[in-house]
Amino acid sequence: MDTLQILLMGFISVVIVNNLVFTKFLGICPYLGVSGRIDMAFGMGCAVTFVVTLSGTLTWLIDHLILMQFGLEVTRYVCFILVIAGAVQLVEMYIRKFFPALYDSFGIFLPLITTNCAILGLCLFVNLWGIDNLLEAVVLSVGAGIGFTLAICIMAGIRENLNLADVPVCLKGAPITLITAGILTLAFMGFAGMIR
Amino acid sequence: MPSNDSANVSFARTFAAGIWNENPVLRLLLGMCPTLAVTAAVKPALTMGLSVIFVLFCSNIVVSLMRNMLKPHLRILMFTLTISTFVTIADLFLKAFAPVMSETLGPYVPLIIVNCIIICRAEACASKNTLAVSIVDALGMGAGFTLTLCVLAGIRELLATGKVFEIQVMPGAFVPWAAMGMPVGAFITLGLLLGAVNLITRKNP
Repeated sequence: MDTLQILLMGFISVVIVNNLVFTKFLGICPYLGVSGRIDMAFGMGCAVTFVVTLSGTLTWLIDHLILMQFGLEVTRYVCFILVIAGAVQLVEMYIRKFFPALYDSFGIFLPLITTNCAILGLCLFVNLWGIDNLLEAVVLSVGAGIGFTLAICIMAGIRENLNLADVPVCLKGAPITLITAGILTLAFMGFAGMIR
Repeated sequence: MPSNDSANVSFARTFAAGIWNENPVLRLLLGMCPTLAVTAAVKPALTMGLSVIFVLFCSNIVVSLMRNMLKPHLRILMFTLTISTFVTIADLFLKAFAPVMSETLGPYVPLIIVNCIIICRAEACASKNTLAVSIVDALGMGAGFTLTLCVLAGIRELLATGKVFEIQVMPGAFVPWAAMGMPVGAFITLGLLLGAVNLITRKNP
């Protein structure tokens, strides 16, 4: 019961209260780049969720079973980025084989998941928060992915409507998206302090 | 020597491009995460800018030197490995000599690895150009990034606390805008800054 409660709290915390996009500014590049249409945003969210779950789990295992055992913490960043690059390669091959249309519409943004800060950021945060339980690390990773999907889908929904709005010319594109994101952050700040 | 002169002019142009015409943050929209995350005050912003200059400088040199040996499908991997090595050095350096600052920046120092600016310069410039051009490009881009970060941090710190670089600037009657120090302030200030830059470039193309 106690474990379940901790896991549930951790999950809600990382999805809503400590959402990586809104409170930690992680994953802003795809957040601004791919949030034009809601179906693409959702596809991107799913891909990121998969990669972040895989790499969050793997990096926790590598960190605890190999690096900490042998005192190799110095090579932590190099190992983490290798794991993430491998996971992204896997997703890329999978999508190209089974969803070629989606693959074409992603273009450059698919390999760029490697440089999505949300993923490396989560791996580092799991390490920083001192999570010493594999299950908790997995739940946090899934939560981070879902939180990212949530954020990018909300944004895509707003931007689809924003296309119809009369925005000042100099604010068109990225500037208005950033300002919208700011207001969205304000809304999510309402959850602050709810857990932890 | 005329050829030397023209080389100097083109170096100067490459350097200046990084600061304004191809400013990584304001024009290319790269490296947004650190831009938003560390600009609550000028000091961490400056530290972050300098770390990025160091990493960019070193990785551009290495990538430029090994550009003829790179296999196309392995190049991104080689770039990230090079970058993460230098980021580890920068991180350990900060931990040793500026522990407080390292604590403030937290995971955003290792996150330089996935800063798109560095990988973009490796791909777009260093892997195609000679050593000298790559070095100048790294310095220009780094300077542009640091400058933008400091401007943004200056605005936010001034409005959020009434201080700049921890020195009181605003008169005592000034009521601090706490929101500017929060994520909201970061997003909205950057959005308005981008809008202002668009306005200026549209007037003098």
